[in-house]
Amino acid sequence: MGTAIKVENLSKQYRLGEVGTGTISHDLNRWWHKIRGKEDPYLKLGEVNDRATKGTSDYVWALRDINFEVQQGEVLGIIGKNGAGKSTLLKLLSRVASPTIGTIKAKGRIASLLEVGTGFNNELTGRENVFLNGAILGMTKAEIKSKFDEIVAFSGTERYIDTPVKRYSSGMRVRLAFAVAAHLESEILIVDEVLAVGDAEFQNKAIGKMQDVASGEGRTVLFVSHNMASVAALCNRGLLLANGTVNALGEIHDIIGKYLIINNKDIATKYTFQNDGIVRDVWINSAHIESNEVSNNNVISGSEIKIIVQYIALHTNLKCSLHIGIYDNYGDKLVHLGSVYSGFDTFRTEKNGIIECVIPKFPLVEGKYTINISLHLNGRPYHKIKDALSLIVENGDFFGSGKLPNPKESKILVNHNWNLS
Amino acid sequence: MKEKEEDWTLVIEPKSSLFDLQLKEVWRYRDLLIMFVTRDFISVYKQTILGPIWFFLQPLFTTITFTIVFGRIAGISTGGVPPLLFYMAGITCWNYFSACLTATSNTFVGNANIFGKVYFPRLITPLSIVVSNILKFGVQFLLFLVFLLYYMVTGDSVQPNIYLLLVPFLIILMAVISMGFGMIISAMTTRYRDLHFLIGFGVQLAMYGSTVIYPVSEIPEKYKTFIMANPMSSIIEVFRFAFLGSGTLQWSYIAYPTVFAAVILVLGVIVFNKVEKTFIDTV
Repeated sequence: MGTAIKVENLSKQYRLGEVGTGTISHDLNRWWHKIRGKEDPYLKLGEVNDRATKGTSDYVWALRDINFEVQQGEVLGIIGKNGAGKSTLLKLLSRVASPTIGTIKAKGRIASLLEVGTGFNNELTGRENVFLNGAILGMTKAEIKSKFDEIVAFSGTERYIDTPVKRYSSGMRVRLAFAVAAHLESEILIVDEVLAVGDAEFQNKAIGKMQDVASGEGRTVLFVSHNMASVAALCNRGLLLANGTVNALGEIHDIIGKYLIINNKDIATKYTFQNDGIVRDVWINSAHIESNEVSNNNVISGSEIKIIVQYIALHTNLKCSLHIGIYDNYGDKLVHLGSVYSGFDTFRTEKNGIIECVIPKFPLVEGKYTINISLHLNGRPYHKIKDALSLIVENGDFFGSGKLPNPKESKILVNHNWNLS
Repeated sequence: MKEKEEDWTLVIEPKSSLFDLQLKEVWRYRDLLIMFVTRDFISVYKQTILGPIWFFLQPLFTTITFTIVFGRIAGISTGGVPPLLFYMAGITCWNYFSACLTATSNTFVGNANIFGKVYFPRLITPLSIVVSNILKFGVQFLLFLVFLLYYMVTGDSVQPNIYLLLVPFLIILMAVISMGFGMIISAMTTRYRDLHFLIGFGVQLAMYGSTVIYPVSEIPEKYKTFIMANPMSSIIEVFRFAFLGSGTLQWSYIAYPTVFAAVILVLGVIVFNKVEKTFIDTV
């Protein structure tokens, strides 16, 4: 055992906007500094990578001063919000892009799987593509030959192996491509969210294979995903990126916990509209949750809760409807409530008004949830608020029996009866 | 815990030496080169009825057109050689050169998708282009040999000679020059797409500025330096001399393109190598 990968002071700068206009002048300026032995003038520029705020500089640091080490045989999960720098880090690790500053040192071959089926050629048969794709990923012909039967068996495409890939279904294509990649013999494997393909059976197979690769064969795996369930299942350590820097590094469950916190920290207990410069005919001005048991956003499952939305309209008689989505911690949508489904249908606007959505017996088990609210105008989404409210649910006596199923086994509580017949 | 530096098998850094060509890596990926060549060959003619016969038809019709337009109508001398053979020799060489040049000059832009997803020594791509075009060249070359044989049997004045031994070297020269040039252009198109348009008609114009349609002996003195500056002029002249026994042969016709090839290859590989590291951010 030892260190497999060591990343030191790794930074990557990108130029924003269109490359083209101004490129020559920047290139010349750079060159002028270089021949006089001065530092690249544009390296000093650059801002922290936060895609939500519009910056003043054309240059941003997609990654800034990243330091970490990965031990041999470790499965490191790399997590973070969209735009946190995950993909950039993977690109640097897999040598697709070069760092601006810093070094990566590694022991052994690195094979990366940023996309399933890179270089697949539609005209070639499955067999030919296995060899082509394997070679692109760095295998020798002899290696592929010795694993060919295994690859085909794993993909489950024996019957079609001599058919051109263009006749394959997309699922078959992905299976074959993943099978090739899964049989790579490199010491270090880098995987980007490719598991989110194929049917459930194949996904399980893919996760199983990844676990074998790591624990059985002692290889080092770096895994990037948004799916916390598969990260938790696969990885033993985690690296949390935020705005291009390392936010935390450690045991995977701690890291997932931290991710959930930074992901949820800006969610208010009450939503109030803030002028974003967009002119709307009608908008959601505020929203909050009321529950007769506990105030604020803490509610008890089984109790009645009300989601109260106040709108303001520039015109009266606009035809509107409201939709509410409830998401769990992992970002999966559990419930979709819509005024059009439940008999209330659409409403005509006044100058302003309040709409209440009443859930008589709240059916979700304990946990933390977020709520998105969307105002539709004439049947189309018009004003959408992501993460408008957060909701903390605590267990209550839903069934009136004092008993509840284990929250891990039942995410949703459903009223039901049992009869002898 | 202190790591010894020599333990690392791979070090990724922002900049590396211009001359660090990683030829070892290229060698390790040699199977990929073979796969690319096979792919090019199989995929191009799938679902065509005539298949590889297209390799024959295109140069054949070009030759016939040239024979009629330049030989009959314009009346340009071919130095006593049957015009059909004269033009076919030039076209076969030029086709190889221009096919390699056009394809390699598109290396980065055309493969941005795959280069953005997986690492392999980028040099493999231009190499594979040059090699797979040798196969096409071979087919056209066979056609040329068939015609040559026909003219020899019917007793025309063609005299293949000992300089045939130079032909493999000529092919290597063409491959190297087109690849070198192509890599430079390919590296520059990643930032400035303008070059992509330039290469399209540039290659066509360069053909008229070479000895594809006229022998060296017919070039007026004042244009001679200009036309002989095109390395393909010398190569085609030597090629014709070896197969047809026509024209003149000076050692400078071999020395010049050789030096040219060496310089352009070194330049090309350096520029290519430099851009390879950053192009994915600018392409």
